[in-house]
Amino acid sequence: MELEQIFQDKIDKEIRIEPKDWMPEKYRQTLIRQISQHAHSEIVGMLPEGNWITRAPSLRRKAILLAKVQDEAGHGLYLYSAAETLGISRDEMTAQLLSGKAKYSSIFNYPTLSWADMGVIGWLVDGAAIMNQVPLCRTSYGPYARAMVRVCKEESFHQRQGFEILLTLSKGTDAQRKMAQDAINRWWWPSIMMFGPKDDESPNSVLSMKWKIKRFSNDELRQKFIDVCAEQVKVLGFTLPDPDLKWNEERGHYDFGTINWDEFWQVIQGNGPCNKERLDARKKAWEEGAWVREAATAYAEKKRVKNTLRVA
Amino acid sequence: MHLNINNLLSLADDALILGHRNSEWCGHGPVLEQDIAISNIALDYIGLARNLYQHAATLINAGATEDTLAYLRDVIDFKNHLIVELPNGDWAQTILRIFFFSQYQRLRYQQLLLDTDKQIAAIAEKSLKEITYHIRWSTDWVLRLGDGTAESKARMIKAADYLWPYTEELFVDGFITKREWLATIEPVFLEATLALPSTKQLLQKGIEGEHTEHLGYILAEMQYLQRAYPNSEW
Ligand SMILES: [Fe+2]
Ligand SMILES: [Fe+2]
Ligand SMILES: [Fe+2]
Repeated sequence: MELEQIFQDKIDKEIRIEPKDWMPEKYRQTLIRQISQHAHSEIVGMLPEGNWITRAPSLRRKAILLAKVQDEAGHGLYLYSAAETLGISRDEMTAQLLSGKAKYSSIFNYPTLSWADMGVIGWLVDGAAIMNQVPLCRTSYGPYARAMVRVCKEESFHQRQGFEILLTLSKGTDAQRKMAQDAINRWWWPSIMMFGPKDDESPNSVLSMKWKIKRFSNDELRQKFIDVCAEQVKVLGFTLPDPDLKWNEERGHYDFGTINWDEFWQVIQGNGPCNKERLDARKKAWEEGAWVREAATAYAEKKRVKNTLRVA
Repeated sequence: MHLNINNLLSLADDALILGHRNSEWCGHGPVLEQDIAISNIALDYIGLARNLYQHAATLINAGATEDTLAYLRDVIDFKNHLIVELPNGDWAQTILRIFFFSQYQRLRYQQLLLDTDKQIAAIAEKSLKEITYHIRWSTDWVLRLGDGTAESKARMIKAADYLWPYTEELFVDGFITKREWLATIEPVFLEATLALPSTKQLLQKGIEGEHTEHLGYILAEMQYLQRAYPNSEW
């Protein structure tokens, strides 16, 4: 049997592909692109919420938010490690992020303008991430699937804390309710864009489905997410900014309005409100950290030499 | 030994303000693992501040809560040491401050283990575990940077020169002597091939509410929502 056939048989039988197994080059490249993009999203995603850590309105909220943003760093770490098993280093991936070659989730190119954004990001952005990521716990590449199991456990806490922020605001003053509705209005459309382009415009999807990297299409997941949020928003007593959002008895789903795909592509191409700021922040951290990393390496090397001398 | 309320608030304010400063690194650390580590340390400090404020609130009564104490007092009421409110500076200054302050904290919280207020003693016991970790972590960094590259050493010297005068204030209330604190600093500096800076006295006293100009900005940022939307639940 040909290697490619053996590989596809494993996939079809739901046997995980592991780092040392043979795999088509395209499978490897697709995974590197997807996992590193996911890792970058976790890291860049720290910035919009990190923006509010020093301004959180209570000590409890401050601690929760800080823990949450720190979790995202942990997710980045698991995912970079998973990608490294495919033969790319973290430094190479970082270089690709900073040069603009690698992408990250466009949602993080929107600004966080009020405290309510912390609620909405948890509810909608982490919520959409969960919708995307739960199926990835069964993705065909072993290290990626295992990383996702760890990630997903923490994401559900993220979503809950976000929803709880909004629930508190919904019971609060008029000013707080206004703040929350405004945040929902700003984040709703970008959130449903997180599932990616429409199925017929998603070039990588067919192969990813065949290789069971992906198990559901973009549109399937998006519909599922909209159905859930349309109900949850009622609990909050707020509205989603879509006049066409309506339950369709026949389809058993919510119908929704037209997504502004032009905005989606604009943001991907770097023209979102915060693309430059996000990337600049990552570059600054990386460049200003260079001497720290060099010192750590130099010290470790000195230690190693000393220890070898001692042993010898 | 028994703490008065000002002593208690001073401990809490130290923890909150240093936690706040360290949390500014979240998302901006020099390497991912250290971003996580410093966020962890910030979380420890904020957790400690919460425990202390909650306890202080029960002693103060009159509607005080952890949040009224953190969010509704102004600069002149804060009783933290000046060293914790200074800007982070670079990584050298950040880790060296944690090192200096954690060594002081360990001595201080060891005393608090014996406090007649059982609640204080319990808080001290819990935080000593964290402080021990902060010391180990920051000691590693003092060694790495002090004995790393020429640049890292130069930055450590600069950071030490900057922070050193502010360490004097840790001893003015008489709980800890400079001698016992120095005994924890000297061996690490020696191993890190760093010299101790020469001391200069500072006139300001944070624990009596005489702060640097930095604290006002920290509070303006930290307290903004509570001030802009008073009497709201968050
Ligand atoms: Fe995450
Ligand atoms: Fe994620
Ligand atoms: Fe998350």
